[in-house]
Amino acid sequence: MSITLIINKKKHTVDVDEDTPLLWVLRDTLNLVGTKFGCGIEQCGACTVHINGDAMRSCTLPVSLLKNAEITTIEGLSDDNSHPVQVAWKEIDVPQCGYCQSGQIMTASALVNKNNNPSNDEIKQAMKGNICRCATYKRIEEAVYVAAKLTQEKA
Amino acid sequence: METKSSLQVDRKTFIRVSALAGVGIVFGANFFQSCESKKEKKIDLSKLNYNDFNAYIKISNKGMVTIYSPNPEIGQGVKTAMPMIIAEELDVPWEHVLVAQADLDPNNFKRQVAGGSQSIRKSWMPLREVGATAKQMLINAAAIKWGVDASECTAEKGIIKNKKGDELGYGDVVLDAAKLEVPTKVILKDPKDFKLIGKEKRNVDIDKIISGEPLFGMDYKEDGMLYAAIIHPPAFGQKLIDFDAKEAKQIKGVEDVVEVDGNIAVLATSTWLAFKGKKAVKANWSTNQTFDGTKEIDEKLNNLLTENKGTLVREDGSVKEGFLNADSVIEKTYEAPFLPHNTMEPMNFFAHVTPEKIHLRGPIQAPQDAVRRVAKMLNRKESDITLEMCRIGGGFGRRLYNDYIIEAVLISEKVKKPVKLVYQREDDMTAGIYRPQVKYQFKAGVKKGRLVAYQLKEAAINAGINESRANFFPAGSVENYRVETSPLKSSITTGAWRAPISNFLGFAEQSFFDELAEEMNIDPVQLRLDLLAKAKKNKSNRMQYSPERMEGVIKDVVQKSGWGKKENVYQGFSAYYSHNSHVAQVAEVELQDEKPVVTKIYCVVDCGIVVNPMGAITQAEGGIIDGFGHAMYGEMLIDKGVPQSKNFHQYNLIRIHQVPKIEVSFVKSNEAPTGLGEPTLPPVAAAVANAIKAATGERIRKQPFVNSGNII
Repeated sequence: MSITLIINKKKHTVDVDEDTPLLWVLRDTLNLVGTKFGCGIEQCGACTVHINGDAMRSCTLPVSLLKNAEITTIEGLSDDNSHPVQVAWKEIDVPQCGYCQSGQIMTASALVNKNNNPSNDEIKQAMKGNICRCATYKRIEEAVYVAAKLTQEKA
Repeated sequence: METKSSLQVDRKTFIRVSALAGVGIVFGANFFQSCESKKEKKIDLSKLNYNDFNAYIKISNKGMVTIYSPNPEIGQGVKTAMPMIIAEELDVPWEHVLVAQADLDPNNFKRQVAGGSQSIRKSWMPLREVGATAKQMLINAAAIKWGVDASECTAEKGIIKNKKGDELGYGDVVLDAAKLEVPTKVILKDPKDFKLIGKEKRNVDIDKIISGEPLFGMDYKEDGMLYAAIIHPPAFGQKLIDFDAKEAKQIKGVEDVVEVDGNIAVLATSTWLAFKGKKAVKANWSTNQTFDGTKEIDEKLNNLLTENKGTLVREDGSVKEGFLNADSVIEKTYEAPFLPHNTMEPMNFFAHVTPEKIHLRGPIQAPQDAVRRVAKMLNRKESDITLEMCRIGGGFGRRLYNDYIIEAVLISEKVKKPVKLVYQREDDMTAGIYRPQVKYQFKAGVKKGRLVAYQLKEAAINAGINESRANFFPAGSVENYRVETSPLKSSITTGAWRAPISNFLGFAEQSFFDELAEEMNIDPVQLRLDLLAKAKKNKSNRMQYSPERMEGVIKDVVQKSGWGKKENVYQGFSAYYSHNSHVAQVAEVELQDEKPVVTKIYCVVDCGIVVNPMGAITQAEGGIIDGFGHAMYGEMLIDKGVPQSKNFHQYNLIRIHQVPKIEVSFVKSNEAPTGLGEPTLPPVAAAVANAIKAATGERIRKQPFVNSGNII
């Protein structure tokens, strides 16, 4: 089927089976490979994108449900790595291997976009769906704090 | 420039030739060889295409420097740290350095492997010499230009100066430098003069990671490529009988279904369609045999420990007599389950096999081994094979095994197309090369409050305690000392998993020392210090660890953690030497609703000079959390050859809310760097178990700890 998706504020028309998860349309059809494949069952968070501003797993989300949705991927978070979460991630130098980090960043950015003063529990609650096998968790926690602070300064 | 493809040139000519390419100069092509041997090696000029020739340093006429990082980057930080070492001795501002990943090129780089935490340790001197040699050649060129002696010139931050105050940038003299002889002797910096080494530097790929640029093998694609998914036998030891792919082939976009070496490959125009095609394949597997599982292996390991048929690895004195003469003898056995690696980036690899050449690209820890195996398997020349490396989404040992590369190559050869093989998580978790299920049995004899006999027995699939390992602590500190090992054969594939052997031996040994201290009624830290004092007097060439450095990290962690001085906080101690580094840790447990909660882990590391403190601290923290998480939750059960956890809903990897506070510090040192990717992992489980024992009285001898029932 042919479907038009709004991704990073641009319209893309793709011809794929209607059950195709958004993840694979992004990666294989549209070459937006920042969104990663980790588990395929919404358990690791590597494939996190924003759907209408909410952090969602793209690995099980059929594109047929996304006709009028605003989809944001890591590539569309900012033009120049200037989103507070990206700035904080760089400042703290969070990644080790880096593979899970776009998913971590998308989850964290959905959080701080809505709540620029999250408590420690709120951060852990928001981030616990994202696995980092290198265990950069201490840095992730710190970076979300910094990102929230930067967001407050911007507001 | 006139060249003939058959022309052979020596090193000097090569330097000249590459300079004439006009862009800059490639340094380092033969420096490793000149460091290693005086023998002049010939270079085949046909391979000397400036653009794809891998050397360490490329300097542009404008002074920008490209440094090639030779080793695979799996998250251990070498892509930042190795070029830092070259840049230090070359003396260029880090801001003027671009880092690029080198491809596999064993002629010009050595040991392009990510394993054993050895990248920095083994390349420390060669990388420094590469940088210093290039710097000297640039100085020499400037000296000739000025008509002064090179000894009167200095270079710093990419600028060469003479006594008169004249200045030339590296870019200004790079073409002249190219025409000079390569100096055979260069002076390296005194570590106290390091300007870059020891400074915090960010991951060189940070901007690309945070913007989602294609960096990983999983992200690679090229025109005409097919995506391949794979079906392995559901149980270890099972064999493919036949399969029906009619339904799969009816899916639009599924191009082919083929058998490859007992597995089934589904080829499609997208990853999703390949996965979909997989589901539609009906396969028959052999069922006429019994397959090993966790329970069967458990029994076999118990038998190995009681049969006394182990292979002797080392014996000092006689433990038999030591135990006979002892006042008391204690014996304890510790056990651990299979563990999958679970790298975040599932196994994948690109392969394009043609009659002329073979091109490979993807995540890999041991690329040269892959090329050798592919060449042998397909009866091709190694020189026909090119292998490109990219940033890797985690390794932990899994990508030392090139099974998935062999599969990708066989699929491409069969369908005669470029192919990217992609594992689903289930393929990754169930057909893994697991950390083996293992048991360690310790026995100690105590006489008049002194440890007089010590014995370690290992039983595991592919048991791996070798002589070098048997020379770790407490070897040298006990007069009667014995290590033996009993390997078990199984169809379940096992192999290296982050800090191989140490990852569980560290737990078993350091838990046993805690039990031994209790038996001897002595502070557990004091027990280690007493033994180390004895080891200092019994030093021999085969001693692998340094009693002094071990004592150093122990005393430091005791001080930092306030060992034994806290109220309502229960502490556990552990210290372990691995990958040439010494680590001591103290874990803290508090009781919440009468259940033990791990609240903090202190860690002191002696890994010599810390090249990049920013990468080092996160590496150390990651190792601690990894060791803690797997000790607490990690377990792969196998039933009749079938792995019981298939994806993350059935396998608990530690998550952010389960991580305790961590405080890491490094011993200030001028010693050459040693391993860091692995050494903080082995001691942590024992520190935690010892703290839990202090808090609850419950001794945990089996991983994962969550199964012991009293842990939150």
